[in-house]
Amino acid sequence: MKFVDEYRDPAAARQILSHITDLAKDGHYKFMEVCGGHTHTIYKHGIENVLPETVELVHGPGCPVCVIPMGRVDDAIAVAETPGVIFTSFGDMMRVPGGNGNLLEAKARGADVRMVYSPLDALRIAMANPDKKVVFFAVGFETTAPSTAVTVMKAMQKGVTNFSLFCNHVTIVPPLKAILDSPDLRLNGFLGPGHVSTVIGNRPYRFVPQQYGLPLVTAGFEPLDILQAILMLLRQIDEGRCEVENQYTRAVPEHGNPKALEILAEVFELRPHFEWRGLGFISQSALKLREKYAAWDAELLYEVPGVRVADPKACQCGEVLKGVIKPWECKVFGTACTPETPIGTCMVSSEGACAAYYNYGRFTKHQTVPVELGRTPQPV
Amino acid sequence: MTGPGDDGSRQDYAHEDEVLERIEAWRRRRPKLKDEFINSAHGAGGKASAALIDAVFLEAFRNKSLETMADGAVLELPGGDRVAFSTDGYVVKPRRFPGGSVGDLAVNGTVNDLAMMGAVPQWLSASFIIEDGFSITELRDLVADMAAAARKAGVQIVTGDTKVVNKGACDGVYITTAGVGVIPAGIRLDAKSVRPGDKVLVSGKIGDHGVAVLIARGDLALEADIPTDSAPLGELVEHLLAAAPNTRFLRDPTRGGVATVLNELAREAEVAVVMQESALPIRNIVNGACEILGIDPLYVANEGKLVAVVPAEEVDAALAALQAHPFGVDAAVIGEIRDDPPGIVILNTIFGGNRIVDMLVGDPLPRIC
Repeated sequence: MKFVDEYRDPAAARQILSHITDLAKDGHYKFMEVCGGHTHTIYKHGIENVLPETVELVHGPGCPVCVIPMGRVDDAIAVAETPGVIFTSFGDMMRVPGGNGNLLEAKARGADVRMVYSPLDALRIAMANPDKKVVFFAVGFETTAPSTAVTVMKAMQKGVTNFSLFCNHVTIVPPLKAILDSPDLRLNGFLGPGHVSTVIGNRPYRFVPQQYGLPLVTAGFEPLDILQAILMLLRQIDEGRCEVENQYTRAVPEHGNPKALEILAEVFELRPHFEWRGLGFISQSALKLREKYAAWDAELLYEVPGVRVADPKACQCGEVLKGVIKPWECKVFGTACTPETPIGTCMVSSEGACAAYYNYGRFTKHQTVPVELGRTPQPV
Repeated sequence: MTGPGDDGSRQDYAHEDEVLERIEAWRRRRPKLKDEFINSAHGAGGKASAALIDAVFLEAFRNKSLETMADGAVLELPGGDRVAFSTDGYVVKPRRFPGGSVGDLAVNGTVNDLAMMGAVPQWLSASFIIEDGFSITELRDLVADMAAAARKAGVQIVTGDTKVVNKGACDGVYITTAGVGVIPAGIRLDAKSVRPGDKVLVSGKIGDHGVAVLIARGDLALEADIPTDSAPLGELVEHLLAAAPNTRFLRDPTRGGVATVLNELAREAEVAVVMQESALPIRNIVNGACEILGIDPLYVANEGKLVAVVPAEEVDAALAALQAHPFGVDAAVIGEIRDDPPGIVILNTIFGGNRIVDMLVGDPLPRIC
């Protein structure tokens, strides 16, 4: 596949790996990949078992599904079960458990819950069903927020009044700070989130080296991207540098995407505080619609319980998200908490650290023995 | 703190093994039905489906044939001949997509279930549940597709039923077919006969049908020219069994895809299946569409493809036989059977790593980003 296979070339990988092994031979390095997309790539391609044992990856908080607290899911279900509402959501949000089941179960009970691939699809559903009220469950970091913002602007332009937004957009920098302030944390550097950075650029991360003395390399999402970013982190440490570097130059401009940032600022403002699953309340860490767009704000239009629901006691999602424990060190991992019956959100999305580890990585130490395929002509 | 870390994560490995063992023990338990209401996961062919079948249907109907949980039953007639018997419902939306319709599927799906038991498909029944107000022209077209598919597969549709339900009680038309085929003497296909060292083959490109239907639904705003691969496999199976008479196991990787078939095999035969990512035949365009959607082509439905397990000494003959047939030109050996770890499917990645390919939990839900 063009523009993909180049970033999965095993020969190039071996070369980078030999440099990594060389630089990491005297010590033990723990790097956190901030973004759930990275976690997914790491497990999907078996990257953990090609890395030397001296390089350890810790899975961070950047899975937009994983950080939504239970109370917000309950609010979403309450909106979805309001008569006359068509509730639209991204697919992987539908299995996230609240205090009272998930959206798929609400759908089975009779709520009109539909999966969409973009907020614009939700707006189209609203225009096609003028007698219904359509609500979009907006989740995601700065990556998905601009497309939500554009949708709301369109709804205003076209005068679509039966469309609204249940906004749960969050921003990446505050949780990073929260993690860095956590006293039980031991890290040697960060793989910065590639997709978010296409919007916000690299400058917002400067506080990581400046205030916390840790290097950060913004990385792409193919296996070679991740290996190269790890190598760049090791080189910084080896050369005594500590700065923000950009591995994902083919997509991330230094200053981000000014147009997208402008749209974000037009539609959204910061909430005073927002609850993060496992991390608790973090101030100024989430977005809400500005006053000007209040007519499209589902939180103002619908009765929701708005109650904070405590995470289940057994669940250690918070420690997993902070990288304090590995997924398998959680007491309920793989037994009471599995992808079929997730207790914590890290087990729901395939980007969640627990689900990725459960689905792909349980045998990472299992030795890879190539399969003898006989005289098969290899398919091209 | 940019120096080397100082925690001894190495000694964690023993603990990690313990955890893995605990999980494996947990996984080996039969899936339990806890839900109070049916949801879409119960129909997706993964763990939830298995739990539903186990707790509701098997519990009520229990008998030896049903307990094999295959796509059809193998029944012995008083004279000693064996027949295969299978049924399936077809509710795909949209009803027409590039390269086919729900009509072809209704015939080919059941014909293929019979072929996977080593049977020569012969007779089909067809039952139609039709929504009030459905276009007779469209019905005629779908039925014409069924007739053409039956001719191509060499089967006759010998009995049927029609019901009309109120508007809104079904979505257009639902078709259910059942089929019977005779199993030639000497053919024994059984997952339990699979042995370490056996090879796993697939008869063509993976994922075409599922991606064709997804794109034809139109809600992805993707445009790509992927026709479905719907085809009757009776003849392909005959050629394969002639060339590799000791073939152990055949299954058509429809709903749930190749990954689901191999997981069922691994569990039933208590073996490990190891696949080589570099050997998987997948069209670039299917790979691309899956990449965009965040789904894995290994779980995408196929029609007109089969997965075969043959002993190593017959693999070359089996591959040659598949590739010589028009429905098997892209056939490939994709992996082999190992003894350890039992019940698990592993993929050796192009990258030199490996990962587990697990049973699907529910419908594959596209990722956000």
